Amino acid sequence: MLTATDLAVEFASRGRRARAVDGVNLSVGAGEIVALVGESGCGKTTLARTLLGLERPTSGTVSYDGSPLSYRGKALQAYRRQVQLVLQDPMGSLNPRQTVYEAVAEGPRIHGLPDEEKVVAEALSRAGLRPPERFFLRYPHELSGGQRQRVVIAGALALDPKVLIADEPVASLDASVRGEILALLLRLRDDLGLSALVVTHDLGLAWNIADRVAVMYLGRIVESGPTEEILKNPQHPYTQALLSVLPESEERIVLTGEPPDPTRIPTGCRFHPRCQIVAAGNPIADKCRTDLLPVLPTTEGSQAACHLVTQRQTR
Amino acid sequence: MTISTPPAADAIAEEPARRGLLRYAVAKVGGALLSIAMVIVATFFAFRLLPGDPVRALAQGRNMTPEQLDLERRRLGLDKSLLEQFVQFVNQTVHFDLGTSYEYKRPVLDLIGERIGATLLLTGTALVMAVSLGIWQGARAGWKPGSRFDKFSTGVSLVLWSVPTFWLGLLLLMVFAAGIGPIPGIFPTRGIESVDAPDGFGYVLDVAKHMVLPCLTMVAVVYAQYLLVMRSSVLDEVGQDYVTTARAKGLKDDEIRRRHAVPNALLPTVTLVFMRIGFVVGGAVTVEAIFSWPGLGQLFYEAIRVPDFTLMQGTFLLITVSVILMNTLADVIYHVLDPRVRSA
Repeated sequence: MLTATDLAVEFASRGRRARAVDGVNLSVGAGEIVALVGESGCGKTTLARTLLGLERPTSGTVSYDGSPLSYRGKALQAYRRQVQLVLQDPMGSLNPRQTVYEAVAEGPRIHGLPDEEKVVAEALSRAGLRPPERFFLRYPHELSGGQRQRVVIAGALALDPKVLIADEPVASLDASVRGEILALLLRLRDDLGLSALVVTHDLGLAWNIADRVAVMYLGRIVESGPTEEILKNPQHPYTQALLSVLPESEERIVLTGEPPDPTRIPTGCRFHPRCQIVAAGNPIADKCRTDLLPVLPTTEGSQAACHLVTQRQTR
Repeated sequence: MTISTPPAADAIAEEPARRGLLRYAVAKVGGALLSIAMVIVATFFAFRLLPGDPVRALAQGRNMTPEQLDLERRRLGLDKSLLEQFVQFVNQTVHFDLGTSYEYKRPVLDLIGERIGATLLLTGTALVMAVSLGIWQGARAGWKPGSRFDKFSTGVSLVLWSVPTFWLGLLLLMVFAAGIGPIPGIFPTRGIESVDAPDGFGYVLDVAKHMVLPCLTMVAVVYAQYLLVMRSSVLDEVGQDYVTTARAKGLKDDEIRRRHAVPNALLPTVTLVFMRIGFVVGGAVTVEAIFSWPGLGQLFYEAIRVPDFTLMQGTFLLITVSVILMNTLADVIYHVLDPRVRSA
């Protein structure tokens, strides 16, 4: 459905080039929910923006339904109807001076959809705001955090998209509301066949809703596969470290070293300066420091970009 | 904005909101009245601190006997104690009587009435032009910070903002009114109308011609503040998530600026504009003096030279009270414009 192929996005920052996304293959199938997991600054938000066509890739392509995304006005406009965005902070995502009706009606107006009022009412009730008419004239500040995020989701649904890209959709919500919003995403998938890419730093969230998980580190996907396999049997040391901080895990792996800097990507395996296996003095460490790893391809199955994993598999 | 919001069954929520606005407005007006009372007190005492004796100044160097000076003093009421003078001043002021000018020997209110038209014409026009120019440039500059347009417009406005008003005024006078080298002077040097001004449309044209240079000076010197306030508030909106959301929905860049960023960024600018409307009444003393514009600013300027206490008090009160009233109005309008303040 939505596919990124060898995608790279670079920014110039203080004279140096930051490779925010540095070779990513990722696909979201029809009716599939994929979680993109990683720490802040790993490039997951940039990747999401690029998939939305808000950012242009330096190299590689984004394709939708098999055809590469065009950045020309008309084609991009049509693409916007198919792939919609939900951001983290619902208060910020809504113009404070617009009523709920205006916010949700914006998309249909831009695209000149008929029966505006009906579209808005339907989107609101799909998003769980019922009866929709009661919310038409409300302002964002009069709503609760969960209701606001439902309005944002309704704004996306009003365009009848095929894919939702949600950037930390519940990170700024109360724990009790989180579950409701996640349940809503699942229901939308079941009812409408909506696909979703959920960007998050929270593996627990991925566990709850995602069919597949892709773990991103420093601009690249280091491990991906079906949620069960990745979370129950993580191969990549970085995924293992991420999982070890969940309350259920017995042993906590604390990563050393500085948070990664996309202007200075390490040689060899990009994770090696912080890798607990390299730090423990595993004999493979030399290879990790010097040998580049191939970019992971788009596959349904589990895969990890790690020399240790490769060695284990070939043996 | 073209909004076709359908009616909803939420009329219940309207009532407390309106009552909130009323309470808010009453509180603001109460605050304004308190400020005005304090200004009345301050006005009286501040001007008594000025050096100079109005009686001697009005004598204009003629030899007068001490008896004559005393008589004059009694006529002006300056023989009474400061406290008595103050009580009389407050009493008159609350009855909307601003007293009689020492110099002109006519009611201050009449003098103000004669001059206020010229001032409102000049400063009002200049304000409208400065606000439109500032907001227009500021919105564009803030939308693309660091762009060539941003650097150019911000730079030019700041240079003009830093230039002393009298210097710029004199420069414009030299170049465009007196003429320089082979260039003839195209605009009149002083006043609001020519002696031989025709009637009807010709008169309007004549006044407009007289207005060009003083207006230009005022606009050039002040528009930077509107530009900078607008620029920074648009800049605040650029990074907002709702801008990204609108873009992801396919709204064009210009439309996002027009429909989302500018209306939201206008809020702080509205406050500034209303504050300046208050000052419009006071006119621009410097500009009116340079171009001999027969407005309130010049009246005030002449009053200081005497010093003509009643006239100064009158004009000063008018200026400060209009500033306070406009600030209050700005607060209330802000309340109406911003739904977040409305129900807070």
